Amino acid sequence: MTTMTHTAPAAPPATSENALLSVRHLKVWYELRKWGFGLAGYVKAVDDVSFDLHEGEAIAIVGESGCGKSSLMKAILGLVQPHDGQILYQGQDIFAGGRAGLRWYRAQVGYVQQDPFGALPPFMSVRRILEEPLILIGMKNREERLARIREVMEEVKLSPPDDFLNKFPHMLSGGQQQRVVIARAMIRNPKLLVADEPVSMLDASVRVEILKLLRQIQEEHNLAVIYITHDLSTVRYFSERIFVMYAGKLIEKAATDELLWHPQHPYTLALLNAISDPDAANARKLREVPPGEPPSLVAPPPGCRFHPRCKYRIDGVCDTDVPPEFEARPGHFTACWLYDERFAEQRRALEADLEA
Amino acid sequence: MTGQPATSAQPVLKTEDLVLYFRTTKGIVQAVDHVDFELAESRAVVVIGESGCGKTSFAKAVLRLLPRNVDTYRGRVYLDGEDIMALNDEEFRLRIRWAKLSLVPQAAMNALNPVLRVSDQVAEPLLIHSHDISKEEALERAREMFRYVGVPESFLHRYPFELSGGMRQRVAIAMALITNPRLIILDEPTSALDVLTQANIMNVLKKIKWETGTSYMLITHDVATSSELADDVAVMYAGQMVEHSDAESFFSEPLHPYARMLMAAVPKLRGDADLEFIPGQPPSLLDPPSGCRFAERCPFRFDKCAQDPPMFMVGDRKVKCWLFEKEAQGVYGSTPAAVATGD
Repeated sequence: MTTMTHTAPAAPPATSENALLSVRHLKVWYELRKWGFGLAGYVKAVDDVSFDLHEGEAIAIVGESGCGKSSLMKAILGLVQPHDGQILYQGQDIFAGGRAGLRWYRAQVGYVQQDPFGALPPFMSVRRILEEPLILIGMKNREERLARIREVMEEVKLSPPDDFLNKFPHMLSGGQQQRVVIARAMIRNPKLLVADEPVSMLDASVRVEILKLLRQIQEEHNLAVIYITHDLSTVRYFSERIFVMYAGKLIEKAATDELLWHPQHPYTLALLNAISDPDAANARKLREVPPGEPPSLVAPPPGCRFHPRCKYRIDGVCDTDVPPEFEARPGHFTACWLYDERFAEQRRALEADLEA
Repeated sequence: MTGQPATSAQPVLKTEDLVLYFRTTKGIVQAVDHVDFELAESRAVVVIGESGCGKTSFAKAVLRLLPRNVDTYRGRVYLDGEDIMALNDEEFRLRIRWAKLSLVPQAAMNALNPVLRVSDQVAEPLLIHSHDISKEEALERAREMFRYVGVPESFLHRYPFELSGGMRQRVAIAMALITNPRLIILDEPTSALDVLTQANIMNVLKKIKWETGTSYMLITHDVATSSELADDVAVMYAGQMVEHSDAESFFSEPLHPYARMLMAAVPKLRGDADLEFIPGQPPSLLDPPSGCRFAERCPFRFDKCAQDPPMFMVGDRKVKCWLFEKEAQGVYGSTPAAVATGD
């Protein structure tokens, strides 16, 4: 390898004492079987992902469908066993404690699903939906449970709660359903909330309401939030840091405004350029879109996974060596060879485009 | 060349007092309620509105693709000046649908027939609508269309499941284009797709529009993406058209209070403005209020809002709101009085 100033990919990331959740070299690979037996390879949905999440911090993981963001989320929720790597919650490996450990861990984590209607059992009333998690953590007293349910429903602005307690999901509007989902996620007082595209199924006017509600809950409870989305235009209203994911890897990590104003990775730049703000001038010009489609995760391209679509690629480097993380700007990390000092020359073209 | 709706030339599509009500177990749903609308040649109009506002029903009413539970379906629809509501179903099928008016349905990627090769599906409308064309010629034309929308020719003989979502969407667009229609109605063409694919599809649509002058009606709830294609913007709320403006004016300053609030709720990538939401919910279309349907949620509401406002003409723009009564130069389409007797 080179002697340049980058963090070597194999070194563990600096552990900070107060990290609530720390993901280390996580690999979520799914086995592919031939005729039902015999290993035929892996779908490398998440491939060597590391990051730390602190208490009270909201991060967004942004990527297109098939980039592995849902697999990453499932691993964090303890729903799939990683192939390799660790997920540490308060310093403990979440898979080390067996079933009991996982059960305890899951009570610490709230999950807000994407499609509220699909996430709520159609034959259960709002009250039963919210009561079940409390029964599972052993809250025996019925009155106590009901009091907690009322409290959470007020918090998500389903008020007065008595109007909603005995309703079934189909009797609620999309926004109200999503509030029930958020209430269910919050009912056990989690420290970490995982929100998978919580507003993508909602209309514009309701979307903002739910985003604001989530933000409010996050601030009041000092919650750590992982917000998973494909929509870069909503992350600004919600998170402090953005991680951009492409083909199973995190390719850029930066503070929200820093990333939106100074994207460094060619893929992030393309993603930002493809998003339109409402403006009549949009109709008069074509948008620049990188050719091709994201690679197959069974046999991802060697080197940088974006190189086949990247117009700045350096032949002989990008197509052979996996780029490590470079600190392109203070606190702004990107996995792109252009930020290696050897390639300052080649970086000019990208920098010119970043200016524009 | 700012986008002024051309009023002098004959519009490609014009609807007058179009009504589509559905029968349900709970009562009559007034999905499309007295809509007057026109679209000039070679322009793209975007119909925006939230789910349940009747925008898809409006497209269905224009295309006469009706479900079984239709209660009322009346009004006038003119295509190039011809009253197509007067045609019987067979004539409509032969001469209008897909020959002159085609549709890219919602979730078009799932609308393809899974057991037919995509080439056959794309060529099919041509085989049905032109009697003197051979299968080979139709396939040749399909190949041309594939090139046009950016699907590699090697994909011609594949089945839909072998294509990605973006490619299937392009195939659906090719299928709508192949008969060289006067107007293409696109129902949420990009909402299920990723950002980059979305931008790609919009590029394809723009190129087709610039090169062939096809007119589009794009139905969407995604305001930001709609601006990619819009010459005109029509806003629907609770079954009614509440504003119709050219895109230039609309995106800089929407008129109708609902349109203004909707625009304030659209997240901007880098803007600083705080997002606002619209309190309350749209009225039920089973029993909509008799006055302005937005009045209940409107911060500008006053006494007059208890009556149904007409579509006021403000310059070249049309808006269904009493706030514009004074500055209006006239009233477009059917007046509320006519609406009242029409029921």
